[in-house]
Amino acid sequence: MSLLTIFYILSAITIATAFLTIISKNPIHSAIYLVISFFSIAGHYLLFNAQFLALVHIIVYAGAIMVLFLFTIMLMNLNKEDEPHKKLATKLAAAVSFGLVCFVMLAVFIKAMPIIDTYKQTGQDFQSIKVLGKVLLNEYMVPFEFASVLLLVAMIGAVLLSKKEKSIQ
Amino acid sequence: MEKNLALVLLLAPLCGFLFNVFLGKKAGKGIVGIVGTLSILVSFVASMYFFSLIQSTGKPFQVDLFKWITLEKFNVNFSFLLDQLSVLWLMFVTGIGTLIHMYSISYMHDDENMHKFFAYLNLFVFFMITLVMGGNLLILFIGWEGVGLCSYLLIGFWYKNQDYNDAAKKAFIMNRVGDLGLLIGLFILGYLFNTLDYATLKTAILSNSDILSNPLVGIAALCLFIGATGKSAQIPLYTWLPDAMAGPTPVSALIHAATMVTAGIFMVTRMHFVFDLAPYVQDVIAVIGAATAILAASIGLVQNDIKKVLAYSTVSQLGLMFLALGFGAYEVAVFHVITHAFFKACLFLGSGSVIHGLHGEQDMRNMGGLRKAMPITFWTMMISTLAISGIFPLSGFWSKDEILMTAFHGNIVLWVVGSIASIMTAFYMFRLMYLTFFGEFRGTEEQKHHLHESPSLITIPLIILAILAAIGGLISLPGNSWLNHYLAPLLSKGEHAAHHLGTTEYVLMAVATVGALLGIGLAYSKYIKNGEVPPQDSEIKGIAKTLYNKYYVDEAYETLFVNPIYRLSHFFRNYFEVFFSEVVFAFGKIANAIAIQGKSIQNGNIGLYLFAFVLGVSSILIYLFLV
Amino acid sequence: MQNILQQIGIENYIYLSVILFCIGIFGVLYRRNAIIMFMSIEIMLNAVNLLFVAFSTFHQDAQGQVFVFFSMAVAAAEVAVGLAILVSIFRNLSSIDIDNLKNLKG
Repeated sequence: MSLLTIFYILSAITIATAFLTIISKNPIHSAIYLVISFFSIAGHYLLFNAQFLALVHIIVYAGAIMVLFLFTIMLMNLNKEDEPHKKLATKLAAAVSFGLVCFVMLAVFIKAMPIIDTYKQTGQDFQSIKVLGKVLLNEYMVPFEFASVLLLVAMIGAVLLSKKEKSIQ
Repeated sequence: MEKNLALVLLLAPLCGFLFNVFLGKKAGKGIVGIVGTLSILVSFVASMYFFSLIQSTGKPFQVDLFKWITLEKFNVNFSFLLDQLSVLWLMFVTGIGTLIHMYSISYMHDDENMHKFFAYLNLFVFFMITLVMGGNLLILFIGWEGVGLCSYLLIGFWYKNQDYNDAAKKAFIMNRVGDLGLLIGLFILGYLFNTLDYATLKTAILSNSDILSNPLVGIAALCLFIGATGKSAQIPLYTWLPDAMAGPTPVSALIHAATMVTAGIFMVTRMHFVFDLAPYVQDVIAVIGAATAILAASIGLVQNDIKKVLAYSTVSQLGLMFLALGFGAYEVAVFHVITHAFFKACLFLGSGSVIHGLHGEQDMRNMGGLRKAMPITFWTMMISTLAISGIFPLSGFWSKDEILMTAFHGNIVLWVVGSIASIMTAFYMFRLMYLTFFGEFRGTEEQKHHLHESPSLITIPLIILAILAAIGGLISLPGNSWLNHYLAPLLSKGEHAAHHLGTTEYVLMAVATVGALLGIGLAYSKYIKNGEVPPQDSEIKGIAKTLYNKYYVDEAYETLFVNPIYRLSHFFRNYFEVFFSEVVFAFGKIANAIAIQGKSIQNGNIGLYLFAFVLGVSSILIYLFLV
Repeated sequence: MQNILQQIGIENYIYLSVILFCIGIFGVLYRRNAIIMFMSIEIMLNAVNLLFVAFSTFHQDAQGQVFVFFSMAVAAAEVAVGLAILVSIFRNLSSIDIDNLKNLKG
C-alpha cells in the first residue's frame, strides 16, 4: 500500500468523522466521532514520522480534552436529542459561509502554490524526540515556561468558574 | 561674593513672599509683618552695599546666571545689571518699600488676610527688583508683567467689594494694552539688533550710523513709550490709576505713587539711546507729558476723595516727568522721580493715617480740624505738601524747577502748560490740607470721639519720609548736581545737565515760587478765609462738574471701546457661537443617530456575531491575498 | 531520511486542512449547542496543527512542531476554561443553547 493510499484513507476518515461530529444530534455521538477524527489526525502525524507529536496528540486531545468533553456532557445530562431546529435562513447562511471560506482559503493557497513547488531533502533528523526536546528547551525555553504558567492559570480559573456559587440572599 | 549678594538682594523678597503665602496664616500676624519687612530690609541693605561699591569704583556690576534663550543669532542671557541707574532705583524702591511694610504692620493689623497682603507686597517688591535689576529687556519685561500682576492682586485685595474688583480688572487690562506696545517694541529691537541686552544694544546703536534712517527704530521707540504710558499712567492709558486707589492705602503709596508707576520712566531712561535717535517720538512724549500733567491737575482741583486727589496729583507729576524725558533731560526726570517718591509716599501714608484715624472715611467733606488730633500726621503731610507745591528749599522745588527750566529752554508753550499744572498742584494740595486739617470737624460725633494720632509704626515712616521730602533736593542742586555726575557715565551725553545759573534761571525760579504761592493763596482765600466746603455731588455745576466727572473720559472710553467690544462679543455669542455650536452638536447628533441604528445590530444573537466574524475574516483574507 | 511529502504532495495536506477548517466553521455557524461549537473549534485548531506539521516536514524544520506543542497547550487551557464557563452557564440557565444567551444585547 503506497503512502498516498494511506493518506487518502486517513483523510477520508478525518473529514467524514469531523462532518459527523457536526451534524450528529446527540452530543455523545459527536464526541465519539470527534475522538475518531483525532485518532486519524494522529495517524497523519505518524505518516510524517512525527511519533512524539502523535503520542502527545492522542494523550492531550483524545485523552484529556475528550474526557473533559464527555464528562461535561454527562454532567449536564445532554444526551437528549432535544435541540430545536434552526431556521432555514440560518442553515443557508451557514452553508454559504462554509462555501465562501472554503473558496477563499483554497484560492489563497492555490495562488501561493507556485512558491512551494520544490521539496527540500536535507536528510537531517529534525523531528525525533531528542531534537524536539533540544529545540523546545533551548530556543523556546521562555515560551515553554509561559505555557506552563498558562496551564496553571487555566486550571485555577476552571476550578474557580465551576465552583458552586454561594446563593446570594 | 558680590554675585551672591546680588542674588540675596533679588531673592530675599521672594523668600518673604513664599513664607507669607505658605506659612503666613499659621505664623500669626506679628511674625508675618516682621518677616515681610525684614526681607525688604535685607534687600535695602544689599542695595546700600552695591551703592557704595558703585560709588567707589564707578563700574557697573553684571551678574550672568545662565543662558536663557539661544537661537541661531539671537541670544538672551538670564542676567542682572547693577549700574548707577538700577542701584539708585533699588535704593529708593527697597528703602521706601521697607518703610511702607513697617507702616502696613500697623495699618493692616485688623485685616483677616494680613498674611496675603504681605505676601503680595513682598512679591511686588521682588518683581520690581527684577524689573530694575534686569540686564536685558526681557528680564525687565518679566518684572514689568509681575508688578502688573501684583498691582492687580493688591488693588483687588478687598475682593468682596465688586467695585474694587472692577478697578483691579481695569488696571490690569489698561496695563495689558501698554504691555502689548512694550512687547512690540521689544520684538522690533530684537529683530533689528539680534539682542535685547542693554549694553550690547547701546553699542550696536551707537556704532551703527545707518540705523538713524531706519523708520523701525522710531516705531520701536514709540512702542516702548506706549508701554510706558500704560505703566506710568499717561494719556491715553491713565484712567486706571485713580481707580487703583481702591487698594489699601500702603499699596497706593508703594505701587501707585512711589515705585511701580515710575517703571515707565525707568524704562525710558534705560533705553534713552533709542529715544535719542527718534526726535519725533521725543516730541510726542513731551506733549503727552505736558497734556497729562495739566489734565490730571485740573481734575484734581475738584476731587473730594482724599486719595483721588493724591492719585490725580501722581498722574500729573508723572506727566511732568515725561515732559522732562521728552526733552532728553533724563537725569532731571530721575531726580523728580526720587523726590516725588519721597513726598508722595509721605502724602499717601499720611492720608492713610487720616483714613485710619477716621475708620475708613475718605471724603474730605467729612473731615476738617484734624490738626490738633493728629499733629505728627499733620506736620509730616504739611512738609510734603510744601515740597510737592515747590516751595523753597524743599525737594520738590528743586526737581520741579529743573523740569520747568528744561521745558523753558525747549518749548515755551510746554513750559506755560507745565507751570499752570504746578500752580494747580499747589492749589489742590493746599485745598486738601485745609479741608482735612483746618476748620471744624465735619464728621459724625462718634468719629470725633475716637479721633487719635496713629501709633508709632505709622508715624515713624511718616517722619522719615517727611525728612527725606524736605532734604531730598540736596542730591541735585542746580549748578552743582551730585545726581548728574552720578548718572553721567550712563547717560553719556549730559549736555542738559549744564544749566548755568544765570538771570533767566533765577527769574524762572522766582516765577515758579510766585506761582506756587499764588496757588496756595487761592486755596487759602477760598477754604480758610471763606470757609467753603465743596458742595455735595448733586450740587456741582458748570466746569467743575466736567472736572469732577474727570472730563467724562471714562464714559468716552466706555462708549468708544468697551461698548463696541461688548456689542461685538454679543454678536459673536448670539450668532457665531450658536452657529458653531450647532455645527459641533450636529456631529454629535449624527453619531447618536448612527449609534441608535447600530444598536439594533448588536442584538445579543451570538450566531449573528459569529456569522459577521466569519465574513470579516474572509474579507480580510481576500484583501490581503487575493486583491 | 526521506521527505514523505514528495510522495503525497503538500497540496493534498493543504486541501485537507482547508476542508477540516471549513467544517469547523460550518459547525460553529450551524449548531446552537455550545458544546458542539466547542468541538468545532477543536477541529479548526487541529486543522491548523496539521498544516503546521505538514509545513514543518516540508521545510525539514522542527520549529513548526514546537509550535504545535504550544498550540496544544493553549487548546487545553481554552477547553478547560471554556467548559468551566459552560458549566456555570448551564447552572444558571439550565441550557447551553446560544440563542438563550442574549445578555450581550446592546
